[in-house]
Formats: sequence, C-alpha cells, structure tokens
Amino acid sequence: MTKFIDLTLNGISNGAIYAAVALALVLIWRATRIVNFAQGAMLMITTFIASAVVSSSGSYVLGFVVALAVGLLFGAVVERVLIRPVESAPPLNAVIVTLGLYTLLIAVAGMIWGNSPRSFPAAFSLRGYNVGGTIILFSPNDAFIVLVVIAVAVLLAALFRATSLGLQMRASAFAPEVARLLGVRVGRLLTLGWALAALAGALAGVLVAPATFLGPNNFDPILISGFVAAVLGGLDSPPGAVVGGVVLGLALSYVSGYEGSALEPLAALVILMIVLMVRPSGLFSTTGERRV
Amino acid sequence: MRAVPRSTLARSLVVVLAVAIVLFALSEAFGDYRNSQLATGAYFFAVLAGLTVLAGLSGRISLGHGALMAVGAYTALLLIGREGWSLAPALAAAAGATALVGVPLGLAATRLQGPYLAGATLAFAVGLPALGDRFPGLFGGENGLNINPPTPPSWLGANFSLFRWEAWIACLVALLVLFVLYNLVHSGIGRALRATRDDEIAAALCGLHVGRLQTLAFVVSAACAGLAGGVLGAVVQQLATPSAFSIQLSLDLLAGVVIGGLGSLWGAVWGAILLTLLPNWANDLANTLSLSTNVKDNLPLAVYGLVLIGAMLAWPGGIQGALRALGGVRRRRRDRRAVGDVRRQEG
Repeated sequence: MTKFIDLTLNGISNGAIYAAVALALVLIWRATRIVNFAQGAMLMITTFIASAVVSSSGSYVLGFVVALAVGLLFGAVVERVLIRPVESAPPLNAVIVTLGLYTLLIAVAGMIWGNSPRSFPAAFSLRGYNVGGTIILFSPNDAFIVLVVIAVAVLLAALFRATSLGLQMRASAFAPEVARLLGVRVGRLLTLGWALAALAGALAGVLVAPATFLGPNNFDPILISGFVAAVLGGLDSPPGAVVGGVVLGLALSYVSGYEGSALEPLAALVILMIVLMVRPSGLFSTTGERRV
Repeated sequence: MRAVPRSTLARSLVVVLAVAIVLFALSEAFGDYRNSQLATGAYFFAVLAGLTVLAGLSGRISLGHGALMAVGAYTALLLIGREGWSLAPALAAAAGATALVGVPLGLAATRLQGPYLAGATLAFAVGLPALGDRFPGLFGGENGLNINPPTPPSWLGANFSLFRWEAWIACLVALLVLFVLYNLVHSGIGRALRATRDDEIAAALCGLHVGRLQTLAFVVSAACAGLAGGVLGAVVQQLATPSAFSIQLSLDLLAGVVIGGLGSLWGAVWGAILLTLLPNWANDLANTLSLSTNVKDNLPLAVYGLVLIGAMLAWPGGIQGALRALGGVRRRRRDRRAVGDVRRQEG
C-alpha cells in the first residue's frame, strides 16, 4: 500500500512535467496546426543554458529566469525563421522541418556540451517528506514542480479567457482570415503563441532536469510523454493537456513501479494507440469532422 | 522504334539486370573497405526504397522504420544464432516478422493524419529498443546478440574476400527490393494507392478499399525495413544492439528519403549514398580541421538536421527532384510524342 501511495505521488509530480510539455505542444497546435517535434530539443537547449548560468553565477533563480527568457525568444525566432515559410505547405513539410530542427539542436548541444549527461541542481530538497516516521516519495521539490505547473496553467487560462490579447490569439488560430479582416495582427500572434509554448517547454526542462539529468538525448522520453498527454487531452485544449499529463504521469508511474522503467516508453505508445483508435479526438474534446 | 519494353515486368527485369551489372562491376573494382561500404549502402537502399515508396504512394511518413529494422535484425540473429537456420530463410523470416509487426502500425497509419501518425511512429521508435533491455535473456540486453560472419561458398575459391561476399548478399537483397517495389509502383495497386493518396473520399467512391490498400503499403514498406535490418544485423555487422536502432537511426532514414526526394525510388539511391558516405566524410573533415571529438561525433547529425530543414524550405523535391527539373525539357518533348504512353505509365 505504501508503494501504491508512493507511485501515485511520483506520478503526480511526473504528470505535472508532462502537462507542461503537453501545454507547449497544445499552444503551438492551436496557433499553427503544427506538432512541434523539436520541443524536446528546444527545452534541452534552454536547460543547458540555465545550467551554464547556474554554475557560473551560483544562483538557481537567475538560471531559472534566464531559461524562461531564452525559451520565449527561442520560440519566437523558430516560428519567424523556420515555421513561417512552411505554414501554408502540406502538414508533412512542417513535421519534417521540426524533426530537422530536433536533429540539428541535438547535434549542436553535443558539439558544445558533449554527449555524456551531467547533473542539474534542484530548486528544493529532493529528500521525501517525513510523514509519521516513513519517508514518502514526494519531496519539497516535487511540491514546487506541481505548484509551478499549476500556476502556469492558471496564468495561461487567464490569458486566453480574460484578456483581449488572449481573445485575439484564439481568433487568429480559429479563423485567421476573418481575424485579419478585423484588424488582428495574425502573424505576430502566431509568433507570440510559439514564444509562450517555448516558455512552457523551457519551464518543463528546468523542472525535470534534476531527475533525468541533462544530456542531448535525455529529454526524448519527455517529448513522447508530452505528446501522448497532449493527444489524451485532444491536442486542442490546454485544460485537457493538464489532465492528460496527470493521467499519463500516474499510468506510467504504475507501469514503471510494478513492471520496470524500461517499459515506460512502450506503455506510452500503447496508451497513445488505444486513445487514437478509440477516441482520436482525445478524451476531452468535442468530436469534429475531418475536413476534405 | 522502341528502346524500352512495354510490360512493367519486362521493364523492371531490364532495370534490375542493368543495376546488377553495375553493382557486380563495382564489387569487382572495390577493395575490402569499399565493398563493406557497398553492403552498407545496399541495405540502406532497401529500407529507404520501402520508406520512400510508402511516402510517395500513400502520402504517409513513418518515423518508426529504424525500430522496424531492429525487428528484422533481431529476428535474423535469433534464428541463425539460436536455431541454427541458414541465412536465406532467416532473412525471409526477418522480412515476414517485420511485416507482421507492420500490420498493427499500418492499421493505425490508415486512420491517422500527418502529425498524429508521426507522433505514434516516433513513440514506437523510442519505445521498441527498450524491449532489448527488458528481456536480456532473450535479446542479450545492452550487449545485444552476435553471430559468426557468413562464409563465402567454396566454389568461389578459397581466397574469395568475405567483404565482397557480404556486399553480394546485400546487393542481391537490394535488387530484390528494387524489383518488387518497381512492379508495385507501376501496377494497378500502385495506381490505386496514388488515387487514395490524392483523394481518399473520391477513391473510396470509386470502390477502392482505402484502408486495406494503405495498410498493404505500410506492410510492404515494413517488410523492406525488416529485410534491410536482417542484412544489417546478420550479414554486415553480425551484431544487433538496442543502441544501434535508436530514434536517431529513424531520423537518419528520414533525412535519407528527404534528400533523395520523397516518393522517388531513384531518390532512395541518393539517400543510401548519403547515409553511407556522410559519416566518413564528416570524420575526414573533422580530422583535417582537427576538430574536437564532440564536434566530430555530432557533425553527421548536424548535416542531417540541416538537410531536413533545407530540403523543406528550399528544394522540397530533393536531389531527384532537381535532376528531374533539369531533365524536364527533354521529357516534355518526348511526352508530346507519346502522351498516351506516359499516361499509362503514370497511371
């Protein structure tokens, strides 16, 4: 029973990270109908930069802030330079461009920082809380992760629901031509969408790095989990992404705890296949027709 | 006067024979090192041809073909190493087993659109190699499986080079793949597949079984990957490890088909040449410029990334597309002479 509780708590903190990556994917999908397969590599780069800042300045907070700022800028640049030219092309082209960016970023990171993983500092202690004499598998750092991801999700929801900017972003994603006719600067808002998504990704990178360590390929499973979580939530809905992330985090935590961590990516694949076969539009979205 | 035979079967045999003669001449002219590169290029061609035909015929892309190669390699090595099978049936079984694995993926592929399919096959590519670690007794864990190299038959002479023999086997497999795919592309099935690619609904209204056809395309493509994996594992490397079939292999394969030109069988030749020679070129370049090991190890990867991005932004047709554009003037002139003939070929 303690193992089950431990795995549940562990699943929640992992799920928060998947939710952050899923949020990054969903924001981009909503804005540009593109799945950003380079997301895992982009958050790897921002986390490496954070690591460099932390080790040279000694301040975790500074590294954290720099990672988010770089992520914001990085997302905007990628959208302007690489994605804009293929936005009107067949969807396959954008998929290939993001995979190319993924490959290129992995290579660049390997060239600069080497291929062997390094450690990354955590914001708070990684020792589990002591509840009635037993150490549970939930540390102050896990609490920090969950709270930060909740805060970001709430801020994003507020942005989309309560501000004029959010309304314009939703409009330009939903009906770009009409929005443009009404005077919305659609292009800029798409860039902003990518920037915000990269920010959420950068956040996930800094939060997960203490557990996975930091290396060019260390975030590949996170990208897969984020994608599965986003599909679980319907790829289109930010609240769906958060719920999908937590559900997947729990499921993978149980699989990993009872069957071994090597099966985690395969379990994610099986969940993905089941969702896509049974309910391709995700668990939380209303069914829409495929456009001809 | 007609230089090219009318029937697809005869035409494919002419093509295969011509390529076989070229490959034989190359293997005679090459030393051991070049012959092992020839073998590498041959299995890369087999998997790239399957992948590019899938993309060209059904408009779908798979990021899981690296993992499908792993299925073929492990099948061949298990059958040869544990069960004592000889090479040819083991390779056939490798293709068969991979085709079986391809069936559920193909069924999924018919129901999924662009990014969903890419994500699902990507998850497959990341997840499958982990099985090697999960069942170390069967798959040998991190160290993988290994077998003895194939021995050249005695009638070739006692001093026949092992590398040349490996190149011959690999090239034979590549020719088989070329023969099958050439006929598939130019057959009624190929035509029907192109129809489903261009407009699924119209094709279904014409009475075509869209799902069945696209699953078939995926399964054929998977079988090619399994065959290539079998050659890689059992003939060229005599070794299969989980790390050899990482997600990176799948992305390298994607770069290979994109640079050749998606959908072009001849583009697969360019892709195979790139994937075979680029690591060596990068190595040589890094040595002449005396770059650090970090840079040297990651140089091919950087090139693949640039190829993928550059191809999509600048020349979506790849090398074969550029060549076709060059030959376009000549072709248009010929087309005017034999419009009906071209229509028949293009379907």
